[in-house]
Amino acid sequence: MTNSWTDIKNTDLVVIMGGNAAEAHPCGFKWVTEAKANRGARLIVIDPRFTRSASVADVYAPIRQGTDIAFLLGVIKYCIDNDKVQWDYTKSFTNAPYIVKEGFAFQDGLFTGYDEARRDYNRSTWEYELGPDGYVVVDATLQNPRCVWNLLKQHVSIYTPEMVERICGTPKDKFLKVAQMISETSSPTRTMTSMYALGWTQHSKGSQNIRAMAMLQLILGNIGVRGGGMNALRGHSNIQGLTDIGLMSNLIPGYLTIPTEKEATFNAYMSTRGFKPLRPDQMSYWQNYKKFFVSFLKSMWGDAATAENDFAYDYLPKLDVPGYDVLRAFDMMHQGKLNGYFCQGFNPLLSFPNRKKVTSALSKLKFLVVMDPLQTETARFWENHGDHNDVETSKIQTEVIELPTTCFAEDTGSLVNSGRWLQWHWAGGTPPGEAKHDTWIMAQIYMRLKALYQKEGGAVPEPIVNLSWSYKDPNEPSPDELAKELNGAALEDITDPNDPTKVLIAKGKQLPGFAAMRDDGKTNGACWIYSGSYTEAGNQMARRDNSDQDETGAFSKWAWSWPANRRILYNRASADINGKAWDPSRKLIEWDGTKWSGYDVPDIAPGAKPGVVGPFIMNPEGTARLFTRGMMRDGPFPAHYEPFESPVVNVTAPKVRGNPAARVFRGDMEQFGNAKEFPFAATSYRLTEHFHFWTKHAQINASLQPEFFVEISEQLAKEKNIQSGAWVRVWSQRGSVKAKAVVTKRIVPLTCDGKTVHIVGIPLHWGFTGAARKGFGPNSLTPYVGDANIETPEYKAFLVDIEPIAGPVA
Amino acid sequence: MTAYDVEPGDQIHAGHPVTVDRYTKSARINHWITATCLVLLALSGLSLFHPSLFFLTGLFGGGQPTRIIHPWIGVLLFFSFSGLFIRFWRANLWRREDGTWLAQLRDVLAANDDKLPEVGKYNAGQKTVFWGMSFLIVVLIASGLVIWDQYFAAYTTIDQKRLAVLIHALAAVVIICVWIVHVYAAIWVRGTVSAMTRGRVTGGWAWRHHRKWLRELVGGRQTRS
Amino acid sequence: MFPPLPNPPVQPMPAKFGEQDLVRRSASNVAPPARQLTQMAKLIDTSKCIGCKACQAACLEWNDLREEVGFNHGVLDNPLDLTPSSLTVMRFSEWINPETQNLEWLIRKDGCMHCADPGCLKACPAPGAIVQYSNGIVDFDHDKCIGCGYCIKGCPFNIPRISKVDNKAYKCTLCSDRVAVGQGPACAKACPTQAIVFGTKEEMKQHAEDRIKDLKSRGFVNAGLYDPPGVGGTHVMYVLHHADKPEIYANLPKDPRISPIVEVWKGVTKYAGMVAIGAFAAVGFLHHLISGPNRVSDEDEQNAERLTGGGS
Repeated sequence: MTNSWTDIKNTDLVVIMGGNAAEAHPCGFKWVTEAKANRGARLIVIDPRFTRSASVADVYAPIRQGTDIAFLLGVIKYCIDNDKVQWDYTKSFTNAPYIVKEGFAFQDGLFTGYDEARRDYNRSTWEYELGPDGYVVVDATLQNPRCVWNLLKQHVSIYTPEMVERICGTPKDKFLKVAQMISETSSPTRTMTSMYALGWTQHSKGSQNIRAMAMLQLILGNIGVRGGGMNALRGHSNIQGLTDIGLMSNLIPGYLTIPTEKEATFNAYMSTRGFKPLRPDQMSYWQNYKKFFVSFLKSMWGDAATAENDFAYDYLPKLDVPGYDVLRAFDMMHQGKLNGYFCQGFNPLLSFPNRKKVTSALSKLKFLVVMDPLQTETARFWENHGDHNDVETSKIQTEVIELPTTCFAEDTGSLVNSGRWLQWHWAGGTPPGEAKHDTWIMAQIYMRLKALYQKEGGAVPEPIVNLSWSYKDPNEPSPDELAKELNGAALEDITDPNDPTKVLIAKGKQLPGFAAMRDDGKTNGACWIYSGSYTEAGNQMARRDNSDQDETGAFSKWAWSWPANRRILYNRASADINGKAWDPSRKLIEWDGTKWSGYDVPDIAPGAKPGVVGPFIMNPEGTARLFTRGMMRDGPFPAHYEPFESPVVNVTAPKVRGNPAARVFRGDMEQFGNAKEFPFAATSYRLTEHFHFWTKHAQINASLQPEFFVEISEQLAKEKNIQSGAWVRVWSQRGSVKAKAVVTKRIVPLTCDGKTVHIVGIPLHWGFTGAARKGFGPNSLTPYVGDANIETPEYKAFLVDIEPIAGPVA
Repeated sequence: MTAYDVEPGDQIHAGHPVTVDRYTKSARINHWITATCLVLLALSGLSLFHPSLFFLTGLFGGGQPTRIIHPWIGVLLFFSFSGLFIRFWRANLWRREDGTWLAQLRDVLAANDDKLPEVGKYNAGQKTVFWGMSFLIVVLIASGLVIWDQYFAAYTTIDQKRLAVLIHALAAVVIICVWIVHVYAAIWVRGTVSAMTRGRVTGGWAWRHHRKWLRELVGGRQTRS
Repeated sequence: MFPPLPNPPVQPMPAKFGEQDLVRRSASNVAPPARQLTQMAKLIDTSKCIGCKACQAACLEWNDLREEVGFNHGVLDNPLDLTPSSLTVMRFSEWINPETQNLEWLIRKDGCMHCADPGCLKACPAPGAIVQYSNGIVDFDHDKCIGCGYCIKGCPFNIPRISKVDNKAYKCTLCSDRVAVGQGPACAKACPTQAIVFGTKEEMKQHAEDRIKDLKSRGFVNAGLYDPPGVGGTHVMYVLHHADKPEIYANLPKDPRISPIVEVWKGVTKYAGMVAIGAFAAVGFLHHLISGPNRVSDEDEQNAERLTGGGS
């Protein structure tokens, strides 16, 4: 989230698209009801299904899954055509006036530089025109046909309301109603918040779905303001923490990146991370990258990381591929190239696409260690459960070791919510049976590994042997110790650069924030964005003061928000070019002539003069990008691509199947189904009664929604002679499930490109362990393909067929 | 004259006084089972009918046991009464003289039996009680099943149950009143109780109250020395 | 935000109301209480409700009840109906608004309405099994319940359910145990959107008024408060978008009142019945007193002997 949950109460318009906040995030959704009840805010829900969110919406518009980009680009076009653009904001705070290099173009659904064989682009033309001074050439009048604004105008020109209806199936009047309501927030005194979740990410163009809305929010001037923003609703209580801390194969904490094998040396690595400003006087905050990176290395290897050995840069693994995401990992497992798997807090048998492939991959492992508080299906993947897990146990040789761990309520630590708040919590119970904290288990493994390396040596023992492990009890690091390590400390006295006798931070003291980090090895800090969370003033995450000055929704004394306890990112943009709030009633920070101050921690240097330093300090441009240069694999603008399995062809580019830059593994392309064989457009989702595959283990939740079902329209039910509450079989090219049918008015057939498209809704939550009735997950059906940039599997749009069946014999 | 209401087992015994067998042993057992059931039903039913009588549930071991046992007694009564019905229905069929008898209710109450028409085994009052009981028991069992929630809750709507519970209550009140008449009549008309205790009445009793029946018995030579 | 009630102190505290505050007691008479408690009420705003069933879960948790893991019946409702364990259930209705042709998914939390004139209490034959406090809470005392099911017949909302296990009637207590220590019901505490709020009846009406204003601004011209006068008003009230058509919310009765049949049964029948029975007994007694027994005379016996030719 750029903003926070509590800030949503400040909005005038909530757009829930690509998510189902009421159902999947009911507690956070309270802030939507607050905005509605107290500000008269309106709620728009755009979804293939009439969801629980839609039940309290002012306007609901149906949309075919996987066509969000067409819809959003249609809204952008509507805003441009109707002059509903916040011009001051767009011209000053975005790259709209920047000139793009000659040569960049978009034709037949492809940007320039496409290589079909590699399914990848040569992105060299996706770049700004640079002047002789090294800065981007700008046309503030927006007259230059090569400026981003004019390219954008041209790019969205095909997305007329008629085209939106043709692609998305959204009735034109509904689309226009939504577009009109959204466009009204181009006023500086009206804001809109975008709430989205996996309804946008789980597509082969998930990142571009989000970009399309971000672009719309930018031209409406809704980023950085109270009640605005791009608000990703995190599906797990700590999934934000997971990404912050870099639990992805290509990341290290704080969104720093793992070196690739081309970056063999520290200097080579740093050479591409200079982040030289692209416009004069810009902060380009990533220029501090080295400080964060070195502090991280110092946290990892302590005294073994020295200036002489480039702070143990060599100890870091180097990637030979862009990333070992889950799809790649399981594909390798499937090929027998990965034969040991530690599965910690994950249930891939039900979470990863193409369950058949997952089962076969797990069956090829030599060992599987499952660390989980619950009996997951993954831990039992080898067990035959009839239809629900039809495996031949005797043929599976994988050794499975289960290590029971604790639940969140049984341990102390912090969870990071969607709004980037690090909220400390305290253990509320003792773990049952043999369950142990994950930290204890990891420490035990580490201690044993270290002993083995010390005793037996090995090819590269140093990263393990030298790992900094200075915990009071090496067998179980405490949550406080780990949190302090993430914050960072001074390893030597940090002195004032102007007065070396003045000690700013004494050796051994906690850092007050990432601004104190050094690139010379005098500080450590494992996660720079968390620096400031555990200072000499104590554990900031444990703060519980819920006072809120002037009821701005900031609650800045409650817990701690990264970065630097900032509640709204890019909050400089809440004020106009001169530093005055766009909306005085929604003041956030303002320039008082000498410095920035207000309700939130300014997201800009306190003395940075307005009109000079742009609000988007993380970008070398200082502005937000409507055109992302070559930073995304699948294009600098979002473009409409059909899902890989779609009931209709891409009417904007009939020859392009799916996202042309999405990675498809060998063998998986053949496993995509076509609309002839599988005529119905399926989507998957969560229900409010359950949380993923956890709560089916809880008796009460199980009783509230006991049995797996699929949802279909009354029309499809009639066509297929399916009775509500009766059994159906749903199958795709990859698998088949049996479920109860819920026939509902909440799903209606859509007309797309003249064709009737029936939607089949498939909730997750059921498996073969736990208190609920045995069932299936949608992953038995879903295709093995992910987003072109971050490989999130395409769970939200795929093709199935459906038929009524006799129920299983009880 | 046909002996239309002489029942099996009815016999005259000579002596001083003459005695007449009015009810067989099995009829008497049947009657007393029914009577006991009815009394228990009245007591348990009344305990749930009016708050001031709730204390009567103590006789059955408390509220829950009362609630459990009442319908089962009802079922027993239904079958037991069915036995009586099969025995007695023929003799209770309405006859011409019954109307006259009823019209002279004043004489009935004044015990001016001489002024009343001769009646058979049962007089119009007894027949009214018999048919009244029969009808009410059917009503009670039917409405009772509707409100026997433990087993039959699912078969009717709440509106039907409401109607049933009202009908059940009304029918119960009426049957209790009928029962009072029945019992009172048995007490008031001396010599009656022995019919249901020992199965016999005196010839004088039969002469006085059921002369036609007595004549039929004589006519049918149902006399033994 | 409706100000949430503060958490209770950790130390045990005396109950804020009890036996001395009863205004009605089933099958008994109670002396008017010395004090009148403030009328409390729960307000359920169907326009804020997202049907998450947190109230259902909280109710099961707080009352330490468990619903059996059932089946899917082709709808999202589960369990399908109130049970002795599920004292509240969400009822989902898909309704096409004939004026707009738009689908409206109406979600209503069903449960005891805590009527000012409670039909259950009126029908209950067991003294003290159902009680009403002067704050409006209608509560069941299971020790006194005999399981007859009369409360179900008395209830205009079809709420109480008899347990097959202990044969006692169960329904929402408005968390009388929580209210007794200054807390609101568990469902209100758990509700993430404050679709359920709890306070004095006056506060709730006030709050409802604000909500209705907001709904009218959104085009729900018939938005209104459901506080049906037929049962003297209720201590669980609804804000409805379509207050003119409560029946579209899973058959919420439009003008609920205790069934006239129940009124007759528990009213005139109860008294008239006792009078009738008493009258019959009295008439018999008097008749006997006045006219004496109807004895068989010696003459009758002689006549009989003569007729039968017996006596020999």
